[in-house]
Amino acid sequence: MTPSLTHYLVLSAILFAIGTAGLFLRRNLITILLSIEIMLNAANLAFVAFGRAFGSVDGQVIVFFVITVAAAEAAVGLALVIALFRHRQSLDPDAYTTLQG
Amino acid sequence: MPGDTVLFYVFGAVMVAASLLVVAQRSPIYSVLLLIVSFMALAGLYVVLDAPFLAVIQIIIYAGAIMVVFLFVVMLLNAPYEAAPADVARHWVGHGPRRLGAALGVVLLVELAWALWRGGAAQEIQAIAAAQGSGAVSSVREIGGVLFSEYGFAFEVTSILIVIAMVGAVVLAKRQL
Repeated sequence: MTPSLTHYLVLSAILFAIGTAGLFLRRNLITILLSIEIMLNAANLAFVAFGRAFGSVDGQVIVFFVITVAAAEAAVGLALVIALFRHRQSLDPDAYTTLQG
Repeated sequence: MPGDTVLFYVFGAVMVAASLLVVAQRSPIYSVLLLIVSFMALAGLYVVLDAPFLAVIQIIIYAGAIMVVFLFVVMLLNAPYEAAPADVARHWVGHGPRRLGAALGVVLLVELAWALWRGGAAQEIQAIAAAQGSGAVSSVREIGGVLFSEYGFAFEVTSILIVIAMVGAVVLAKRQL
């Protein structure tokens, strides 16, 4: 018996939840960006699993776009992290409270 | 194939374990390295899913390029450890927003579990796919054909996005222009 679509969706849901937990619980800007990567990859896995179930190539094509967007997001996000670190010498998001009012 | 099931569980377990460690890790360097392990396992899952080209892309671009940029920044900033919380109880109970976030995370997990548990959806989709008699598509030629015809516009927009991201990254990270 090959793993069914449901197997992949459960795995994808677990990974997405791990990413969400990391995003909310960590206090390090780089780990937060890594959590976003985990969530993106969970979505990718669901896309490919659905594409496979439908016998369609679209799922795989969408993953290319997601990877591209992830690359752009990582570049801009890390540039922001560098700029922020230069200001406060800290990666703790709680150190940046100027906008909190 | 029974081998597929074994591979699925092996790669899935590696991926979940590595992702959990990424989130639990205090040192960003280990987080990044563990995320690379997680992406390798995901590439294995893509192979099981008959998407070998995606598996290669995943390793070359994600594990190879994007993660190296992360590693580069971690080493550049030289801020290896997240300071241990001064007050552990306060850290886990946290401020309002973080508490709300944790609650939202739990709600999300419950909702996903509910959707999957309820879902005859997956079975329906498999029934539809079986009715169409369509198998897995894995040829690079077919992926390329769809990418450059049906998704041609999205492809062009993506290239503009990358240029914007490149310029944005330079503008943000530069001390003064």
